[in-house]
Amino acid sequence: MKRLMLLVALVAAQPVYSDSNLPAAYWANRQLPDHRQEAQAQALMEQLRCLVCQGESIADSDAELAGDMRDLVRRRIAAGEKPNAIRGWLIQRYGTWISYRPTDEPAAWPLWLAPVALLLVGAWLIRRRIRLKAKA
Amino acid sequence: MSKAVRFAPLALLVLLVAALVWRLATPVDTNVHSKLEGRPVPVFALAPALPTKATVSSSDLATGRPRLVNIFASWCVPCVTEVRLLEQLRRKGIAIDGIAIRDRPEDLAEFLARNGDPYERIGSDPQSQVQIALGSSGVPESFIVDGKGIIRYQHIGPIEQADVPTVMATLEQAR
Repeated sequence: MKRLMLLVALVAAQPVYSDSNLPAAYWANRQLPDHRQEAQAQALMEQLRCLVCQGESIADSDAELAGDMRDLVRRRIAAGEKPNAIRGWLIQRYGTWISYRPTDEPAAWPLWLAPVALLLVGAWLIRRRIRLKAKA
Repeated sequence: MSKAVRFAPLALLVLLVAALVWRLATPVDTNVHSKLEGRPVPVFALAPALPTKATVSSSDLATGRPRLVNIFASWCVPCVTEVRLLEQLRRKGIAIDGIAIRDRPEDLAEFLARNGDPYERIGSDPQSQVQIALGSSGVPESFIVDGKGIIRYQHIGPIEQADVPTVMATLEQAR
């Protein structure tokens, strides 16, 4: 039984070998000393998509590349760069895909128009209701 | 209730199932493609990955002939088979440079000793900064850069035997 458990543990440890042997980058899991800058960095990191775990933000992801991206974001914020400039720099490389913030590209128009369309449908339904009641 | 309205839920269900089956048959491409194809290599300079080997910087990639820039790592399993294929490409006269991601010199030296070394130069990118600057999202990936330093092509994942004709044709076009 003990041997079996050991074997299972070894098999389960396989994913460890798919990561590098280097420690996380300096600013990957460390807050900036200036709390205003750290808040800016945190807000931006929550809006940047991880390239490895594609449903997570780099603030949430444990992937090494996400750690390296957090390091990049904090370094640039600490150097005085604006969050939108960093976002733009990443979008140049990876496309709007990298940012969770909706854009004004035509592909996103349905997203912006949906609330208006839903409001119109709601107004139409209410109007119909009132008219039906008035008839009755 | 009219006939059309009565069958509407069934029609919706059929549509939904058809959409799901279609998506299963043609899965989404989850690769993140670099937007830098057709644009110059971003300016970078890297420390040498090995004391015995020259390093690579962006100015080494605009030398008048196309080059293959391979993003790899000694801890990356698919890179083992890929590096052997790169050796075949090197023998065909292709200039190959490497960028080692999050690697240690001792690991890298062992990797090259065991699997062969097709690289003219290798730069060390311990915090993936050049990888991110290139718009690459993993290892291995390869970029074909023409003689003027313009990125012509990005290959995501290991270059396999089946990819060689495309890679060779792209290198030929980049000449």
